[in-house]
Amino acid sequence: MENRWELNKNLAQMLKGGVIMDVTTPEQAKIAEEAGACAVMALERIPADIRAAGGVSRMSDPKMIKGIQDAVSIHVMAKCRIGHFAEAQILQAIEIDYIDESEVLSPADDVYHIDKTKFKVPFVCGAKDLGEALRRINEGASMIRTKGEPGTGDVVQAVRHMRKMMSDIRRLTSCAEDELFDEAKKLQVPYDLVLYVHEHGKLPVVNFAAGGVATPADASLMMQLGAEGVFVGSGIFKSGNPAKRARAIVQAVTNYTDAKLIAELSEDLGEAMVGINEQEIQLLMAERGK
Amino acid sequence: MRIAVLCLQGAFIEHIRMLGKLGAETFEIRQRRDLFSRSYDGLIIPGGESTVMGKLLGDLGMTDDVRNMIKSGTPVFGTCAGLILLAKEIENDSRICLGTMDITARRNAYGRQLGSFACTAEMKGVGTVPMTFIRAPYIERVYGGAEALATVDGHIVAARQDNQLATAFHPELTDDTRVHEYFLGMIGK
Repeated sequence: MENRWELNKNLAQMLKGGVIMDVTTPEQAKIAEEAGACAVMALERIPADIRAAGGVSRMSDPKMIKGIQDAVSIHVMAKCRIGHFAEAQILQAIEIDYIDESEVLSPADDVYHIDKTKFKVPFVCGAKDLGEALRRINEGASMIRTKGEPGTGDVVQAVRHMRKMMSDIRRLTSCAEDELFDEAKKLQVPYDLVLYVHEHGKLPVVNFAAGGVATPADASLMMQLGAEGVFVGSGIFKSGNPAKRARAIVQAVTNYTDAKLIAELSEDLGEAMVGINEQEIQLLMAERGK
Repeated sequence: MRIAVLCLQGAFIEHIRMLGKLGAETFEIRQRRDLFSRSYDGLIIPGGESTVMGKLLGDLGMTDDVRNMIKSGTPVFGTCAGLILLAKEIENDSRICLGTMDITARRNAYGRQLGSFACTAEMKGVGTVPMTFIRAPYIERVYGGAEALATVDGHIVAARQDNQLATAFHPELTDDTRVHEYFLGMIGK
């Protein structure tokens, strides 16, 4: 009766209402866990630095990932390149809890994503709209996150992607049943996934916000737009007081509609990540892997 | 009947849906003032990340209130992370949260996500039920007033102590409502 996909989807259910933080060292991982992160993403460089450094960006050193696995008891995730199933096999071999097939790294395959149904370890993938999300789910992803624009500290793209996805979902729920066949064709996804969204008004897996979240207010915004939890990448360890900011974002996600509390949480957080506006960036990572 | 569900983080919606199916009214507890906003007959502590929930209970100033509520006899049901929060001792962690139940828990007892599994097993007072274990703990031992209700592969996975029920598995992730019915049956006795 064991069904890996069910178990992997269920693991994502346990992460809901939580904050997943990018970390590059065991020390940062401990700060994140202590601040209340429900998982950490082990990375050699956070997206802002990947963006600054340029060049080809690859899976992290397994030794560095293992160091983080040893440092904390919460879930540890790691990224592999889009389509790089060998990197994913390596991450599975070191018993990572979740693999992020991520547009933050340089894509290894410009046509195919990884066939995630061949893996026992769960995958999270980025999406800009419902079509991308359902294509990734069809390939075996058991969790979805918005792409946003990583490493910018600018939340505009995460907002755009979440709004697009939610509006796509709302539209499907109001379609007549005989219209769903054509919707499946337009979205380039199997009919049964379209039917699921039509009937349930949500994705069949958990949906988090990611890309550009830098403040408790950003986190609250994404939760109110329909995210079930939040990834914070560069926003924490590129800010003045990472521990305090991390803790504030964790609380803001739990009580995302309580503006009074979030006002208190937003006090004296020190300098936020400087960031860059979307008009100023050269490389749109969100355009990788559709 | 009205059940409060601790909604700080994790899979709380699933419990709310399950209780809805059984005709129980529910409401969410997200901060301290919610604990005193209305009366209720029981409390559910859901699955999720126990370190996060423990941290938020502390940061939001709720740990003592929840502990006192349980000690004063309010029926409580903890699943997975909830079991860890209730445990008086944790074999592989020093972070004790509520510490109201005479059990010694082991966190992430089955290893990482590759160790997650589903099975069916007998639970005393309930029958044979499907059990889903997600990066689950188990109970090393029960003592004092706690009684083991289910074992899988020689490890205790469910226990009860008077008004407290704890399972290492997630009945809220299955379609089987009997464990929740058992919990509702603990109310008013």
